[in-house]
Amino acid sequence: MTMTPPFAITLDPGTSLANETGSWRTERPVYLDRMPPCNNGCPAGENIQQWLYHAEAGDYFTAWQKLMEDNPLPGVMGRVCYHPCESVCNRAQLDEAVGIHAVERFLGRQAWEQKWTPEFTAEPSGKRVLVVGAGPSGLSAAYHLTRLGHAVTVREAGPMAGGMMRFGIPKYRLPRDVLDYEIQRILDMGVELQLNTTVDDIEAAFTQEGFNAVFVAVGAHLAKRINIPANAAGKILDAVSVLRDMETGAEPPQLGRRVIVYGGGNTAMDVARTTKRLGADDTMIVYRRSRNEMPAHDFEAREAEEEGVMIHWLRTIKYIDETTFTVEKMEIDEAGRPQPTGVVETIEADTLILALGQDVDTSFLENVAGVELAGDGVVSVNDQMMTGRDGLFAGGDMVPSERTVTVAVGHGKKAARHIDAWLRDTLFESAEKPELSKFTDLNTWYYDDAPRAIQPTLNLVRRQSGFDEILQGLTEDNALFEARRCLSCGNCFECDNCYGICPDNAVEKLGPGNRFAFKYDYCKGCGICATECPCGAIKMMAEEI
Amino acid sequence: MLKQLEGSVAIAETVAYCRPEVVCAYPITPQTHIVEGVGALVKSGVLSNCEFINVESEFAALSVAIGASAAGARAYTATASQGLLFMAEAVYNAAGLGLPIVMTIGNRAIGAPINIWNDHSDSMALKDAGWIQLFAESNQEAVDLHIQAFRLAEELSCPVMVCVDGFILTHAYERIDVPTQEEVDAFLPPFEPVQVLDPTEPYSIGAMVGPEAFTEVRYLGHQKQLQALHLIPEIAKVFQDVFGRETGGLVHPYRTENAETMIVALGSINGTIKDVVDAMRESGTAIGSIGVCSFRPFPLEALAKALDGAKRVIVVEKSLAPGLGGMLTSDVRMSLLRQAIPVHTVIAGLGGRPVTGVSLTAAFELAVNDQLEDVHFLDLDHAAIEHEVERSRLTRKSGPTAENILRRLGSGV
Amino acid sequence: MSDTSATQRVKFYQTGTHTVGNRLLDEADRTVQASMERANAITSGHRACQGCGEALGARYALDSAMRATEGKLVAVNATGCLEVFTTPYPETSWQIPWLHSLFGNAPAVAAGVAAAFRVKGREDVRVVAQGGDGGTADIGFGCLSGMFERNDDVLYICYDNEAYMNTGVQRSSATPPAARTATTPAVGDAPGNVFGTGKNLPLIAMAHNIPYVATASVANLHDLEAKVEKAMGMRGARYIHVMVPCPLGWGSASDATINLARMAVESGLFPLFEAEHGAVTKTNKIRHQIPVADYLRPQLRFAHLFKKDRENTESLQRIQRMADANIKRFDLLEDGGSAQ
Repeated sequence: MTMTPPFAITLDPGTSLANETGSWRTERPVYLDRMPPCNNGCPAGENIQQWLYHAEAGDYFTAWQKLMEDNPLPGVMGRVCYHPCESVCNRAQLDEAVGIHAVERFLGRQAWEQKWTPEFTAEPSGKRVLVVGAGPSGLSAAYHLTRLGHAVTVREAGPMAGGMMRFGIPKYRLPRDVLDYEIQRILDMGVELQLNTTVDDIEAAFTQEGFNAVFVAVGAHLAKRINIPANAAGKILDAVSVLRDMETGAEPPQLGRRVIVYGGGNTAMDVARTTKRLGADDTMIVYRRSRNEMPAHDFEAREAEEEGVMIHWLRTIKYIDETTFTVEKMEIDEAGRPQPTGVVETIEADTLILALGQDVDTSFLENVAGVELAGDGVVSVNDQMMTGRDGLFAGGDMVPSERTVTVAVGHGKKAARHIDAWLRDTLFESAEKPELSKFTDLNTWYYDDAPRAIQPTLNLVRRQSGFDEILQGLTEDNALFEARRCLSCGNCFECDNCYGICPDNAVEKLGPGNRFAFKYDYCKGCGICATECPCGAIKMMAEEI
Repeated sequence: MLKQLEGSVAIAETVAYCRPEVVCAYPITPQTHIVEGVGALVKSGVLSNCEFINVESEFAALSVAIGASAAGARAYTATASQGLLFMAEAVYNAAGLGLPIVMTIGNRAIGAPINIWNDHSDSMALKDAGWIQLFAESNQEAVDLHIQAFRLAEELSCPVMVCVDGFILTHAYERIDVPTQEEVDAFLPPFEPVQVLDPTEPYSIGAMVGPEAFTEVRYLGHQKQLQALHLIPEIAKVFQDVFGRETGGLVHPYRTENAETMIVALGSINGTIKDVVDAMRESGTAIGSIGVCSFRPFPLEALAKALDGAKRVIVVEKSLAPGLGGMLTSDVRMSLLRQAIPVHTVIAGLGGRPVTGVSLTAAFELAVNDQLEDVHFLDLDHAAIEHEVERSRLTRKSGPTAENILRRLGSGV
Repeated sequence: MSDTSATQRVKFYQTGTHTVGNRLLDEADRTVQASMERANAITSGHRACQGCGEALGARYALDSAMRATEGKLVAVNATGCLEVFTTPYPETSWQIPWLHSLFGNAPAVAAGVAAAFRVKGREDVRVVAQGGDGGTADIGFGCLSGMFERNDDVLYICYDNEAYMNTGVQRSSATPPAARTATTPAVGDAPGNVFGTGKNLPLIAMAHNIPYVATASVANLHDLEAKVEKAMGMRGARYIHVMVPCPLGWGSASDATINLARMAVESGLFPLFEAEHGAVTKTNKIRHQIPVADYLRPQLRFAHLFKKDRENTESLQRIQRMADANIKRFDLLEDGGSAQ
């Protein structure tokens, strides 16, 4: 006999599903992906948060592959990039920014040790592209064009590839084995590199050699000069030459005991620190503005000072008499410009190195019809990085932009995409950027207190005496720790909070990698999910009436 | 097996043979000896497989029984008087949930003034809580009714109170035929609940019910009681087949043939009434009596039939509905809707006052002579009442009535 | 075999263990709520208000108990919001066997259920009783105390929202001082509930020397689940007191429920601790201490303390002193440190 439970007072389990409480709702939660500030801030367009996501799980291979989709030089970038990503990292407002560069460098190291190669699947397009200049921009373009299926030839006027990565950045910041390895990996993908080869006739490359497109990225390597009144000038060098000579194997320059470096950019810092390593007793930087206005990164100035470089802020060189330099004190006016004060003093030095910036040598483009120059001697390009000559693209330091390796690598990628589209007779349009993820979108309660991992540094004596790399890499533990400090701003990282904290059981978990879905039939719109989402990936939207 | 026992002990032994699985105990006179007895049998091992739980109140006692019953255990408890009122909420709840709990009431008056002695005020206070109420006329019937009660409760999924007059039965030593375990087992099948808390069938029991279904739930409770009107005599018949005794059932008519005067009463007082009937019959009065065993459900038809042809009915009640009179009387009148028979009420035995044959005979004779009031208070001390009324009239701060009457009685006035 | 790879050694600093789940955690270290297989003891369609803390707390606790008992669980419920919003005829949200009897008898009913399973040799089926603060601290207190002293094999969970919410927000003995309720209106010289009244049920429970007493919060799921699991691993009378904010009764935003519960803990007003056999065995340290005013201000029931022209500093100080006393009594700060 089947038992019949009493009418009404006894009910079958779970029958309330018939009551769709979603009708109470005035606001609905929606999942969204916001733009993480790191990604937004990366000049190379890296999807930093995404590769950190894989690194967090210890899946360094996938992390590296994701990174390589945007940037062919993680080992280089992890060392030399000024990491604007970290400047805008939301975690900085909680404790300290995530050490993104250190994780990137770690992944570069992993790839080297494991001999990983980038995975890509494009069919050969049958198109040939000439890249002029083997600096970061040219190499990046070559790499990305190869990934897109095009055959690439790189012509480099100098004896070695790398451009400013080799000739502008000292070894103690970028060991050459790292650079060589990452360049070789690009070449191993099938990129043809022709060294000591200048390109004087762009039109001929199109018409006679049959290249379908040309990307020029020859950089800016003409040192800027300045006229300083002198009775009898002592030794005057330019920073670019000094740094280049360090690479090309020529004899180290005879600098004397005392050196003045004139300028306040990163190159000034680099060359000053190089002179210390070459044995100068006193290296002084003379810069006409104050620390606040210098273009160099603060850490560069700080490290230079640590190594014994003396920086004379707010000074201009007025007059040179052999080894005596007359400098005038400056002051910053309300508009932020340096103004002379008339007060002078003297400094003794054996050598003056000018580090006042570089110009672009555009002479090889003079005869190319349609190419136009912007102000300051750089080449004009449109928003697809194409010059006025159809099929001729340009990037890196020779177009208007900030001159950093990262920007150059970004240019290479961007140009490659537009060249690819141009070759295929289409137009590349980048996806619309979602709204930026702000710190206030986060619920930081859910993140543990975790100050960033410190990269070990070389001791000061060795820093002052040799070119060994100063900053050491992270161990795996530290790299993982650092990756896991990522807050995943604006993008679901499947923490299960929404699924767990819904009082109405109105969030469906779709399984690993598939995130979640709202059950709007039952969601009452209380908003707890949005408030308690750690990373701000849920937004409350007013219901339509 | 015949034994010379205290009523409570006999009930305890019998309850134990009914194999209750959870028994809740809280002391209140005069039911205490019953749960003490069951407890002793559990402790001694006579009743094995039983959780005997000493609770902190009657409210908890019935609540524990509710939980146990809902989880499929045969549950039993006993109480009286204030205790029944203290658990009143749970009394309704057990019935509403359809849980077949059996509870003994050692009937006792309700204060104030506090009084430990017998009347029916406690059971009457909860007569409409949805429980079946069976009143025992003797300790033998008390024993027998408990066995029948478990079977009745479980067949209907309805709780049953077995009402036993406090002291008069509970504390009386007499010869009682206490059944054996084997006999009880032969009569009472294992408890098979209609609903049970079970992780494999996760019902929600005790849901909130609004106006849309509440009437139906209540109607079903009523229907269950109407069903019991058939089931009670059936079970009594089966009981008779097994035990050879005619106990239980709806009503117990006594010498009703051609009776012009009919006495109706609940519980042990029927013994005295029968003696009076015998005596009055002998002196030529056409009188008979009916003991009502099943007060809830109320046997309207059986009573109407049994009273048919009488010229007058006297209901002897051990409870009082102040401002009305007798509660049983109201129900008896309900059974006589289609018969024009006058019904008198005799309120007797409140708070344990002895109900003597002499007083009853006097009252019945008044009735036979059509001189009995509609509501008659047996052996009421009219002088005391008048004195107290007068005293209250004279002074605003008249003080406590009960103490004043006692003081006056004590002074021998 | 011990896994010594970095992924095992490194702690999960991305999220710590504060989120419900974490893809990087071992399955066993995630909360029950993170599981796709959680019991959902209370399913969708219930009639709780938006942002109901009790709906959440009850599902947390019972799902955890379901996992601990491998699904062999029966729940008994006192009358109250939880009972009403889950079972309006003809629907129930419960997916586990569930029994409601009365307002004041849940502990006794549960004791009866446990007794029945024991007598039937089914001690593998475990019993949880639950009620609100009124059903627990007030009307059900006698039955609760009885269940405790008999050491009945029941875990009793009180979902404390600090007033009789189901009947329209009346004061209970768990209502905090100064709180406005329908029966402690915010008028007169001493607005809201009276200082110096009320009872601390967890401490009273401890005084019964029962095997386990704990406080928990809907804002700390890992802790709550660990406590339920621990309790279900023990026999005898156990008590867990869960704070569950009530947007309706507290006059708070529906999305603030968890945050308020968190602030109650972080201010020291609601200390999280465990006790066994009458002695405190563990207290949860405050992570980021906040002044009580931060917790009180977003709640309309305390709005009279924060009037524009005159903040009730005396009352705020008294409440702060209560928090400070808790902090001292339960040693709630790391290294006995001071407020940040």
